[in-house]
Amino acid sequence: MTQNTSAWRNDALAKVTGKAKYADDYKFYEMLHVVPVYTEEVSAEVLAIHTDEAARMPGVVRVVTYRDVPGKVNFGQIQKDYQILASDRIRMHGDVVALVVAQTRAQALAAAACVKVDCKPLPAIFDPEEGYKDNFLIHPDKGTNLINHHAVRTGNAQEAFKSCDFVLEEIFTTQHQEHAYIEPESSVAVPDDDGVIRIYGSMQHPFVARRFTACLLGEPFSNIEVFTIAVGGGFGGKDDTAALVAARAALCARLTNRPCKLTYDREWSMRESYKRHAYKVYYKMGFSGSGLIQACDVTIFADGGAYCSVTPWVTWRSTVQCCGPYCVPNVHCDTYGVHTNNIFTGAFRGFGSPQMNFIVEQMVEKAAQTLGMDEIEFRRLNMVKQGSTTITQQKLDGHTVSMAEVLDTTLAKIDYYEKRKRNTYGVLNETGEYYAVGLAMSYRGMSLGAEGIDICAAIINAQYDGSILIETGIHENGQGSEAAMILMAAECLGVCKDRIRYRRSSTSSIPDSGTTVASRGTLMGTSAIVLACNKLKEQMARVLSESLKCQPKEVRFENDGLCGPNHTITWDEAVWTMFLRQEHPYAMATFQAPEVSWDEETGHGNAYFTWVYGCQAVEIAIQPKTGKIRLLSAAATHDVGKAVNPPFVLGQIYGGMAQGYGYATMEDLGIKNGKVTNLNLGKYKIPKATDVPDFIVTIVENPDPLSKSHAKGIGEPALELMAPAVANAVFHATGQRCQSLPVTVTPQS
Amino acid sequence: MEITINGTKHIIDDARQDEALLEFLREDLNLTGTKNGCNVGVCGACVVLIDDKPMRACRRQLKHAAGKNVLTVEGLSQNDTLHPIQQAFLDKAAVQCGYCIPGMLLSGHALLMQNQQPSRDDIRKAINNNLCRCTGYVQIVDAIEAAAPHYAKNE
Repeated sequence: MTQNTSAWRNDALAKVTGKAKYADDYKFYEMLHVVPVYTEEVSAEVLAIHTDEAARMPGVVRVVTYRDVPGKVNFGQIQKDYQILASDRIRMHGDVVALVVAQTRAQALAAAACVKVDCKPLPAIFDPEEGYKDNFLIHPDKGTNLINHHAVRTGNAQEAFKSCDFVLEEIFTTQHQEHAYIEPESSVAVPDDDGVIRIYGSMQHPFVARRFTACLLGEPFSNIEVFTIAVGGGFGGKDDTAALVAARAALCARLTNRPCKLTYDREWSMRESYKRHAYKVYYKMGFSGSGLIQACDVTIFADGGAYCSVTPWVTWRSTVQCCGPYCVPNVHCDTYGVHTNNIFTGAFRGFGSPQMNFIVEQMVEKAAQTLGMDEIEFRRLNMVKQGSTTITQQKLDGHTVSMAEVLDTTLAKIDYYEKRKRNTYGVLNETGEYYAVGLAMSYRGMSLGAEGIDICAAIINAQYDGSILIETGIHENGQGSEAAMILMAAECLGVCKDRIRYRRSSTSSIPDSGTTVASRGTLMGTSAIVLACNKLKEQMARVLSESLKCQPKEVRFENDGLCGPNHTITWDEAVWTMFLRQEHPYAMATFQAPEVSWDEETGHGNAYFTWVYGCQAVEIAIQPKTGKIRLLSAAATHDVGKAVNPPFVLGQIYGGMAQGYGYATMEDLGIKNGKVTNLNLGKYKIPKATDVPDFIVTIVENPDPLSKSHAKGIGEPALELMAPAVANAVFHATGQRCQSLPVTVTPQS
Repeated sequence: MEITINGTKHIIDDARQDEALLEFLREDLNLTGTKNGCNVGVCGACVVLIDDKPMRACRRQLKHAAGKNVLTVEGLSQNDTLHPIQQAFLDKAAVQCGYCIPGMLLSGHALLMQNQQPSRDDIRKAINNNLCRCTGYVQIVDAIEAAAPHYAKNE
């Protein structure tokens, strides 16, 4: 079958024909099935795990507990506090105490019910502020429930408040959010005859899966190869949890010496997988009568749940961006990531920014309202501009600061000024509804910033028949990263994209390039592709300049060939000539993110090497009897630097807006005493096709010189603005502020 | 019991009548294009057509398909030619992670067999029980809308 399309991505054909293979679609000869065993506790001492009865059940090959672990049972990306199989203690409802391995899944399920665990219940904490008091320690070895503390100390906020004309103090809370990728976690581990365990799993970070697995097995990285396969969505959620599933499958495969499949059902996934952090935030903002923000004091309590995961990184972004895209000369911010016995929390598209945007974008409107000032003008007055200094003392230069451009575009696209004349402010309109428009904007530091090592590798391997293999350390999670890399390579090499195949990389084929999160895939991956292409072109120009009768620097790569001032050769001729000259047209290059800096004590530094700017607005109607919010229209404008594959940039934005709308209005896990009660997609509502309208999206392209491809990122900016836009619209419609998520409007009888 | 799946007749032991259709498709026939997202009939990743009606294969037992025609995503394209609705999903950038796509294609296909001039609201209603977490639905609606004229032509 051939593909003749206007929009293009390399993996879509397999996905529309049902041929794309996701983890659970893989089958291997003599494969066994694994299921996890949980307890009903959320906080308890484990006295004994009884596996004898389960082991005698039909079809059972082995029941695995922590006692069977050849390596270390504890792991984690930052703190090694997660027990991949619980040994002495239960810290959350999703802790796994055993794995049952059987011939069939049905047999494994039946036997799992026969594993008995003796527990002695312990006290439990479900509120991070309570946890912060350290009255009961969730990890006694740490000596504290505090996971991390971040601070910003800019100017002198306490002094500045004294001279402010107005000071507002508010409290906000946000809920946990489930990623709700439509494919639950799954991994198949195959012990091969060369001693390597090969893993085919649903994950967005094969390198983390390898780290978890190597730790659990006590084996070197070279013994474990994790492959890229089709993944049914990640949104940040298939980092740690997917790695745990892979590591457990690999453990069972090593112990039984047979292929083992561990496929999660939805309830296990929702019970065990980490969520977006719930926040409680105390926010104080002081400003002058003329509308200038002069000081902010921000105290953030983030519910880290039972394990650290990436809480220090998530809350660091909240800290850096705690004042939104506004210049504030005096800032005092304290951010605490705290353990509780709730489900643990980690990476989720947005990564600490959706919570803060929900708050900041309401605070600026409250301030404007206090002053009787236009909410857009208040923003314009305070927002970052070219050359502005951020609250962490970073000067915004070296890229285009397009805050005003995205704001103006969004205002125009949704017709904000006209429509806001019809805002109802609590008085029903002629159709008996409340109605309003609402807006929010943000800036966002790109990629990992000072969180950690930020590098990405790319390999270009041109074959002598004219075809080209490329690969990068970025993972295809569904976003279309492979297609973006192909398009970028085709552009750089001046060849037709049909020559290029994206080679699905494995952890053994390309250096560890970090996790595909933080909206860094396109930015880091295409930058690495550009560097590798440049290297390849240099090599080819050197070897082939003689054939082109010119200097190497005169060689141009275009129209599927190489051109000198007077001569041209086709790409096919070029690579064949390279072969005859015994030269491999092969290049590997690494893009290292430009330098960033951070001082933990002052919270000062160049936190991110570049930034993106976005603005979204919504138009809503509310039925007073039901309190139900209807999203009539929504507009978004995002500066992405360069849109490598525009139809899929739009797709990212549409999808982010829908996911953000779910966060804003309906998504609720119903966590009660540490237990997730909405364990499937029936009770945990995510937006359906009739919940959202046709979004109006504008892509802005201000090429970023700090990115080798000039492209930046879009995954997360697309999600992080809907909650504040909706909350602001609800205020303009009803006159009531919603300071907790999800936004709800009380029905009027 | 006899079930026709993508045009091929399968004779199945009556003793298996209470087995889930989804499991039979995936495990017995290796038709893994039909996905399991929730196993309780709410996500729509397992939607197949039974006598042209969209049904959740995770909640249907083999007996519900006895004597009937089942169409899965693997049966949409014929003779190595993409079905117009599949082509439209490619053209309109409707595919991201792809996990919901088989169900979306079949819900869209069922709609367009009934209604060749659906409004965008009609399309949204037809896929309202197919959850997608990637696309925000816009380009999926675009794709089904773009495929509609091909169904009219074949009438």
